[in-house]
Amino acid sequence: MDLLIFQAPILMVQASMDGILLGILFALIAYGMALQWGVMNIINIAQGELVIMGGYIAYFMYLSGIHPAFGVIVSPIIMYCVGWGMYKLVINKVVDKDLFTSILATFGISILAQQLMNFAFGADVVVAQSNFGTTMLFNNSVTLPNAKIFSGAVCVISAIILVIYMKKSKLGRAIRATAQNARAAKILGVDTEKVYAATFGINAALCGIAGACIAITFTLHPYTGLPYTVRSFMIVIIAGLGNLPAVAISGMGLGVFEEWSDYLLGTEFRIAAVFSLLVIILVYRRFKLARKREYLK
Amino acid sequence: MNKNTLLYAGLIIFGLAGAFIFPAYKLQLSFLYILIVLAMTWDVQGGQMGYNTFGNILFFGIGMYVASSTQIAMFFSLAEWTDAGGEKTFVHTIPQFFQGFGVGILLAGIIPTIIAGVIGYGILGLRGHYFAICTLALGIAAGELAGGIEIIGAGQGMTVPVWPKGFGSNASSSQFLYYLSFILALVTFVTLKWAYSTRFGLVLNAIRDNEDKAEAMGIHTMRYKIIGWMVSAFFVGIAGGLMGHINGYIEPTEIAFAGPTFGVFMVLMAILGGKGTLWGPLVGATLFHLFKEGFWTYFLGWQYVALGVLIIVIVVYFPEGVMGWLREKYPERFGEVVDEADLKAQVELK
Repeated sequence: MDLLIFQAPILMVQASMDGILLGILFALIAYGMALQWGVMNIINIAQGELVIMGGYIAYFMYLSGIHPAFGVIVSPIIMYCVGWGMYKLVINKVVDKDLFTSILATFGISILAQQLMNFAFGADVVVAQSNFGTTMLFNNSVTLPNAKIFSGAVCVISAIILVIYMKKSKLGRAIRATAQNARAAKILGVDTEKVYAATFGINAALCGIAGACIAITFTLHPYTGLPYTVRSFMIVIIAGLGNLPAVAISGMGLGVFEEWSDYLLGTEFRIAAVFSLLVIILVYRRFKLARKREYLK
Repeated sequence: MNKNTLLYAGLIIFGLAGAFIFPAYKLQLSFLYILIVLAMTWDVQGGQMGYNTFGNILFFGIGMYVASSTQIAMFFSLAEWTDAGGEKTFVHTIPQFFQGFGVGILLAGIIPTIIAGVIGYGILGLRGHYFAICTLALGIAAGELAGGIEIIGAGQGMTVPVWPKGFGSNASSSQFLYYLSFILALVTFVTLKWAYSTRFGLVLNAIRDNEDKAEAMGIHTMRYKIIGWMVSAFFVGIAGGLMGHINGYIEPTEIAFAGPTFGVFMVLMAILGGKGTLWGPLVGATLFHLFKEGFWTYFLGWQYVALGVLIIVIVVYFPEGVMGWLREKYPERFGEVVDEADLKAQVELK
């Protein structure tokens, strides 16, 4: 098995390039999760469903004859409204409760969203063809679909826009203030309810952009949301809340890990590798942070 | 003869006679007993200990696979069995079936218990939502791994040995499973009732209320957490073994390691009934089963939508559960003393 790495080094380069482009996508989704986790202290299990939903918007555009690449503009706008509605209907009831309540409530949302997407688009694996062609590198031995490069660029640009927005705009400042101390922000006149709704909406919009990118580069299926949630959770716990460079790096690392495990272990163990890695990281973290019992000297 | 004795006697008589009173619903009732076991064992972690696990489904799946694989591998080659698929090339004789069944169910309890003990030290050190997500990942990873292993049928799953021909009548298979599930639910209930009344139960509650303080008082909390998880794993494993036989077919992600369905159901049942109480999970499982069957009958096609809505409604609007609601309504029945003067003072303040 380990020989496979040395037998075809060029394939590992290919897997790494794919992994990095995939990882940028994960990092964008994870940044949304870090945002809502930091600001509202909820863990959104339906994060992956928001991504898939955003992807289906791009796919719907593709079906109606519009080029799916425009999905990266339309999908975040629609998803912002979806996220806002989700906040008003359910999330605002669980914001001040403990994390487990939010996990379960969003799990309910995730089941609901899966089924509704299943009714709307059917249980087939779909992909929105972008016809972007491919780029050949290294003497035609590494192929990179232009769609993947496009999606990577879109994610980087939207992340930069978001960072500038959070730094400069009034709402961005309100969001950061609420994340630091919701009560103090409230005293100083920040409408935290509005801030929460906006945060959840921005998170959904980020998922929408990532989903539209996934629609043109990978495949969509109503039930494949949960792995995206787990990936973003994993990236957030490695990188910490609100540390964008670390989120980007660990996202790319995860992407490369996935492509390598896909290539070395076989595609059927891909999801298993992701979930096992999460368990290993959490247990490693627990032993690293564990207190040692020592007698006072 | 007080009320409690009457209640217990009534439930046991219902359980014993149920197979004859509702012959058409025998499988449904055995399913209900399995759900009760799942909810009650979840409550050991989630309710009593304050560790919200999604990972008990791991033991359910392992128990299911262990029970049937043992029963098959004792007499035939497991690889050939799964290759043959549903063609029923291999047939257990009557003594073979029951020998295999007994050993299989026993191992289905023991192996998950050992696994819980081994992984417990690493996993139970996690707190709060890290524990919840880690166990969620554990269950799903197990399902995906089982879906990649050829000898137990990979993604296609495997068939469970069928009831031997010529032993009893047609109905005796379901009767047999009915009574086994009932006995399992009864034993689980009695064991947990006893355990909660001992020091063990007190320690679990102490961990829930404040783990650091409990540790500072000199309790080896990790030891108790692991034992608690092992107790759950034992009963859940056996429940899984029985469930394999009730289904007649094992599939890795939809039936055995069904995190998004059974893994969440057990949490919901406990919350619906009221977590942290002895009777809550039992009441919750019964209500939930009724809801679920109602959805599957009247909203066919939309059942998962109804289920998602039910989850949100229970968690958001009804988090204290039936028992919690009853406790608020009739506190004196739960042995709580209500100070009338204090209540009056509170009302006046408002």
